Amino acid sequence: MSAQAPAAPSVLQRPVFGRRQSKNRAVVSIARHAVLLLILFVILYPLLWMLGASVRPSNEAFGTIGLWSGNLTLDNYREGWTFGSLNFSRYFMNSLVITVLCIIGNIFSCSLAAYAFARLEFPFKRVLFALMLGTMLLPYHVTLVPQYILFNELAWINTILPLVVPKFLATDAFFIFLMVQFIRTLPRELDAAARLDGCGHVGIFRRIILPLSIPAIGTTALFTFIHTWNDFLGPLLYLNQPDKWTVAQGLNGFLDATGESAFGPLFAMATLSLAPIIGFFLVAQKLLIEGIATSGLK
Amino acid sequence: MRGVRDRAQEAGAPRDDARGETLTHEAGRLATHPAAALDPAAPGGRRPLSQSRREALAGYGFLAPWFGGMLLLTLGPMIYSLYLSFTRYNLLTPPEWRGMANYQRMLDDPRFLNSVGVTLKYVVIAVPSILVVSLAVAMILNMGMRFLPFYRAAFYLPSLIGASVAIAVLWRQIFGGSGVFNAALDVVGIEGKSWIGNPDTALYTLITLSVWTFGSAMIIFLAGLRQVPKELYEAASVDGAGPVRRFLNVTLPLLTPLIFFNVLLTTVNAFQAFTPAYVVSNGTGGPLDSTLFYTLYLYQRGFSNLEMGYASAMAWVLVVVLGLFTAFMFATSRFWVHYGDEK
Repeated sequence: MSAQAPAAPSVLQRPVFGRRQSKNRAVVSIARHAVLLLILFVILYPLLWMLGASVRPSNEAFGTIGLWSGNLTLDNYREGWTFGSLNFSRYFMNSLVITVLCIIGNIFSCSLAAYAFARLEFPFKRVLFALMLGTMLLPYHVTLVPQYILFNELAWINTILPLVVPKFLATDAFFIFLMVQFIRTLPRELDAAARLDGCGHVGIFRRIILPLSIPAIGTTALFTFIHTWNDFLGPLLYLNQPDKWTVAQGLNGFLDATGESAFGPLFAMATLSLAPIIGFFLVAQKLLIEGIATSGLK
Repeated sequence: MRGVRDRAQEAGAPRDDARGETLTHEAGRLATHPAAALDPAAPGGRRPLSQSRREALAGYGFLAPWFGGMLLLTLGPMIYSLYLSFTRYNLLTPPEWRGMANYQRMLDDPRFLNSVGVTLKYVVIAVPSILVVSLAVAMILNMGMRFLPFYRAAFYLPSLIGASVAIAVLWRQIFGGSGVFNAALDVVGIEGKSWIGNPDTALYTLITLSVWTFGSAMIIFLAGLRQVPKELYEAASVDGAGPVRRFLNVTLPLLTPLIFFNVLLTTVNAFQAFTPAYVVSNGTGGPLDSTLFYTLYLYQRGFSNLEMGYASAMAWVLVVVLGLFTAFMFATSRFWVHYGDEK
């Protein structure tokens, strides 16, 4: 093929000795892995360092680059858990309650909306769908002040309602979009068959669409979990009493209270706060990555 | 309850014997239902709800929670915030109409102008950096690497935790005066300083944090790269194109839809970054307002000073700017975004 193409000198000049080529290929492959591992090491080093710092005795210096000093201790975890007036059992409990409710809310409201957009025909559907897509790019700041005023009027400050109720009203358009994309791939014959068996739209949704959408629901649950667990601005606005704080607020309060003086316990708590996310990520990373590749979630 | 006729229509009128059983079963069930007796079966008679009507009602029913959220938590508040932006309001006394005063005030507010500068600098440096790094790593990963799932997951991990307080706390230590970064510099004989505490460098530590989370953009690029047909590269090679030309003339054009997508999302997200700046600077935006993001200043004005009118005006400026940016992206997209099926 290439012999007939005199205009392609680079192809002709390429060495054709199979053995040398495969050897080259192995070298190139090793070099690539080396580059990737080096980048990866730099990227993940801070996390490893934090883990190392969290189990380091507090009399050792923290400004060192090393990961392990050889002395392992869990004192930092014990100390940080109830440091000063902080109470991390309570913060974890608060975060857990808020996160679980947000996950339920998002799955409930977004799957309902997604079914309507993916399967049903109704007037103004295209306009409404465009409106939904538009809100994905809307900066949340524009609703920050008026929502605060609204929740203040409702006397919802220092309750979890401002953080949870919006999820039951499908305000995270990203997840609607994700589920619409998924439901569109499900064969419509299943709906028709269910209809023959006497299912209405509620029946089709509950018996056909929901069970088949488990992957999309799982992705929604995971991303909602991560967003909610990480969220700082929301709790900062609405939860002012320390006994209502989330883990993120607890960490920030820790920093405010101690400054740079108690790194060991601080990093122990920081590590613990990331542990659920990293744990879920390890279990379900395939789901997450497929989710992001299809919808571009962050 | 759905009428018998509806269902018969959808099923394709006369049924064969195989379905007879279902039919009798259904008919039996429907006969006991009071609504079935009311269903006007006479041909040509008006039915109370046509099938499309019914479907529309179901559609709106399923959308009800979303409608509620849209009206009460998005559109309503947006309009209210637009109104507030022309007022002076501190939550305690009723809003006071001030016309354009809030908007005029921005032009004379040095901290506002500074926050615009800080945010633009952050966006203009962070977004291209993220795009370049994510595309480069995605291209290496696309060269038929073994252990691809491992690499992909590991590079993606920081994206999940980059916005957390824990990572911001860690960043404070890493780039602090006696932090890990300086310890690393010390190894190669450079004497560091507090990068967080220095107004010239504090913003760059936040840019670093943002580039650290390049994984989500990388995964989108990787998904796109894997769909580029191999034949195109072979054809380009045969035509004498080297690696650089193959990248410029094959890879890049085919990736433009994903570049478009990543530029848009990364930019919109970068404009809204908040937590790292807040935690790293203790909520002040310091040192010397060098990390005073637009969002952080908006938060300070609205929720520390209770200047809800001014904060609303700032929010609307952000909406307009991001709206213009999005419109610009879509308007220019037909000149530079190539979709494979066009040719």
